[in-house]
Amino acid sequence: MKAAVVVFPGSNCDRDVLHALRDVAGIQTSAVWHKETSLPENTGLVVLPGGFSYGDYLRSGAMAARSPILGAVREHARIGRLVLGICNGFQVLTEAGLLPGALLANSSLEFICSPCFLKVEKTDTPFTNAYRTGEIVQFPIAHHEGLFFLPEEELDDLENRGQVVFRYASPEGNAGPDYSPNGALNGIAGIVNRGGNVLGLMPHPERASEDILGCSDGLGMWNSVKSWLEGR
Amino acid sequence: MDFRKAGLLETEYGAICMELDREPNETELKIFGVMWSEHCSYKSSRPLLRLFPKEGPAVLKGVGENAGVVDAGDGWGLAFKVESHNHPSAVEPYQGAATGVGGIIRDILAMGARPMASMDGLFFGKPGSPKTAILSNGIVKGVGGYGNCVGVPTVGGKTLYDAHYEDNPLLNAFCIGLVDSSRIVSSQTAEPGNLVVLLGSRTGRDGIGGAAFASVELGEDTKSSRPQVQIGDPFVEKLLIEACLEALDLGLVTSMQDMGAAGITSSASEIAAKSGVGMVIDLDSVPLREPDMSAWEIALSESQERMLLIVRPEKLDQVLALGRKWDLEAALIGKTVEGDRFILEKGGTVAVDLPASLIGGGCPEIDWPSARPSELEARQAYEPGEDTTGRNLESDLLGLLSSPSLRDKTWITRQYDSMVQVNTVMGPGAPVSLVRIKENGNLVALTMEALPWACHLDPFRGGYETMARSLRPIWLTGARHLGMTNCLNFPSPENREQFWEFAESVRGLAECCKDLSCPVVSGNVSLYNETAGSPILPTPLVCSVGLIPAGRKALLPGGWKEGDVLYLAGMDNAAIPGSHFQATRIGKIAGRPIPPSPEMELDFMERALRTAEMEIADSAIPILGGGLGIALCKEAVSSKIGADVRFETPTTSPVTLFAEGGARALYAVPQRNAFAFLQVWKGFPLRRIGTVGGDELRIPGIPPQSLKRLEETWRGD
Repeated sequence: MKAAVVVFPGSNCDRDVLHALRDVAGIQTSAVWHKETSLPENTGLVVLPGGFSYGDYLRSGAMAARSPILGAVREHARIGRLVLGICNGFQVLTEAGLLPGALLANSSLEFICSPCFLKVEKTDTPFTNAYRTGEIVQFPIAHHEGLFFLPEEELDDLENRGQVVFRYASPEGNAGPDYSPNGALNGIAGIVNRGGNVLGLMPHPERASEDILGCSDGLGMWNSVKSWLEGR
Repeated sequence: MDFRKAGLLETEYGAICMELDREPNETELKIFGVMWSEHCSYKSSRPLLRLFPKEGPAVLKGVGENAGVVDAGDGWGLAFKVESHNHPSAVEPYQGAATGVGGIIRDILAMGARPMASMDGLFFGKPGSPKTAILSNGIVKGVGGYGNCVGVPTVGGKTLYDAHYEDNPLLNAFCIGLVDSSRIVSSQTAEPGNLVVLLGSRTGRDGIGGAAFASVELGEDTKSSRPQVQIGDPFVEKLLIEACLEALDLGLVTSMQDMGAAGITSSASEIAAKSGVGMVIDLDSVPLREPDMSAWEIALSESQERMLLIVRPEKLDQVLALGRKWDLEAALIGKTVEGDRFILEKGGTVAVDLPASLIGGGCPEIDWPSARPSELEARQAYEPGEDTTGRNLESDLLGLLSSPSLRDKTWITRQYDSMVQVNTVMGPGAPVSLVRIKENGNLVALTMEALPWACHLDPFRGGYETMARSLRPIWLTGARHLGMTNCLNFPSPENREQFWEFAESVRGLAECCKDLSCPVVSGNVSLYNETAGSPILPTPLVCSVGLIPAGRKALLPGGWKEGDVLYLAGMDNAAIPGSHFQATRIGKIAGRPIPPSPEMELDFMERALRTAEMEIADSAIPILGGGLGIALCKEAVSSKIGADVRFETPTTSPVTLFAEGGARALYAVPQRNAFAFLQVWKGFPLRRIGTVGGDELRIPGIPPQSLKRLEETWRGD
């Protein structure tokens, strides 16, 4: 199966993720305009890219979550195919109700662009099975609203169900809220839905996919989804 | 209306009447007031700009278009330019800076290029003053707010603090973009019978007369100038970029122009004049943000995020459809005709009827009187040794390392997305930024440099050194330079001593460009940077661009390894005058920076290029602000390893550690490559000054400094 990257007005990492999927990982990938109402045939993975859909002038991701293409994305998720939301894409997924939680303004109230260490907490997902559980990877972050928030009970529920996939960490592998660059609860950087087929994360794996950019830890994610797509 | 109220000189008004053979009407007068302002006409600087060499083997498009374009290999071109947005940033820091970023991005887009990287030059006043806090926070947030949203990474820049910028902060925005060199857009290609389409935001009353506002000194009450500052909408800019690039991909565009200063008037009349066609614009067709705007308001509005497209009639429907796709206003507002009349119609009557070439090109040059500053001799009076004896070198070193201009700037750069577009190989914080071109694998090396203290002491030498210093970091990486762009920030040219400094600085820049064969491909002039008689320092800012061929490894700083030998390449004649040491530790700038030595620069260039190409060094850093001492500290901190430094002299002088200027670099070379390295540098001044190792930086005359302490000092923790 193939991959598709949704382009919302104001997306600005759409070309980056296309480059990572197509040119670096060798996955057949196309761009899909948000006004479309269906995905290309045989799409196994949909990526909602980072950026500033609709300028983030309303709540980040709120407008894009109501784009025409979201109907097809929901259906795609419902039948168990893969959806990946990166940064603004993660915000869209929470706004669309495909993932729980909300992404609030960083605790510093400033935009933060920085290299960042993550602990891979969950590797039994189609997005992360090329990593070792507990592996420390480096993906950069670049966002203003990345503080993952859930009410306490729901947060416990999320943790108990093992839906946390990536947690902010130190280079040595200590993970948790102390290492959140943005104040995210429990140091949460990325989560999956209960079905395990919808992943949202604030850090950018597509910015860590080539040695020339200083880090290629993101390849684990592309290799994971590639083998999932090839198996279908 | 009196021509003086429009900002025109009597001679200028006379020239207009003579050319027109009549008096201009009020709308026309207002147009001349803006178009013949300093900002649009370059009337005070044109004679000086002619000094710049503009030709070179790599130049594909030179000065005269929205941005210059140089050859990036394999059919690709790099379009780049730097521009000021000083006055708006002084009045409304967030929006002033944001629209500065937006404006330069559109200049690059207007060449048909996809904007790929930005840099920003920031000059703030007294560190810690309330005004500096407000302005610096606002300006940094404005640069980030716009650049992050529009998706162009901010990969580098320059930040300097000095009390002379207290009331007049400077914001210089640089952008570079990639263009298929067979598809470079020109403003000279419109033909009679084309249609004129306005794409982007609606036109409102914001920023009317902004160009004229930028051409006078700021008043005591700068708040009254708020209506002349534009408001940015980076989301629309992002849509505009994609829509314009798609229109170019589809071959729908004959010519294109961004709308910056003086809005529709300047963009439309410029295309008409450069293409040798006439133009008729129907102002009633312009989509407005508010009704009842008068002809001159529509003609001169500086509403942001608008582009002017010239299209053939058969392409119109496709262009309008593209506007709908991207949710942008797209309106047919006029046509090109034979002749050279620039006509604006409103309500069925002709509001403006002028020769197109007169609007943009008719303003007479002003030859301001120039005089060597009477106190220049006093400024340059300096006895070597008077401020360098009896110093506590440890506190000088740590003081410099933590000084606002030299310390870590992460507080700024982490607010900028420096990585979007996944091309950033070396981002902010290094003396040079590197961006890869995915299309051919070449690496683009970028620098931004300005030396106002040196220019104040000796504008010619300062200008020369500024230019040379912008190129050295490029050479060290292994890149050959392709060209430069500059932003000339100065106070009023009407003061003859200030004009002399302006002219001498430009002469210094130009001389260096000629000596080192670096063409000037674009630029911008910002004068009148003064408030209530307090002028900024002469601040010519240079951005240089170089290229490393695909497959070659860039030699970068921060790569010290255990056992490496440290070599200082370069002459021993650097100077204290104009240095960071003098400005921040002594507190009084005096003396003269070192004179140019072109042969030395060229020799240094070839050896630096050869060193990088042979891959025989682990790390290289040019000696820049703060001198050798700061270079050593930065290398140690970023490499996370110490060094044992030895000098041949029995005592260490501040001159050795903190003097600046000239072609110098600090190399770290593995033992096994030492012989090859010495061969490359044979015949050039070179000193072995130590070895890398340990977790302390040991410099003679200074107690050993732990890496932790150096890093904390540098980060200001």
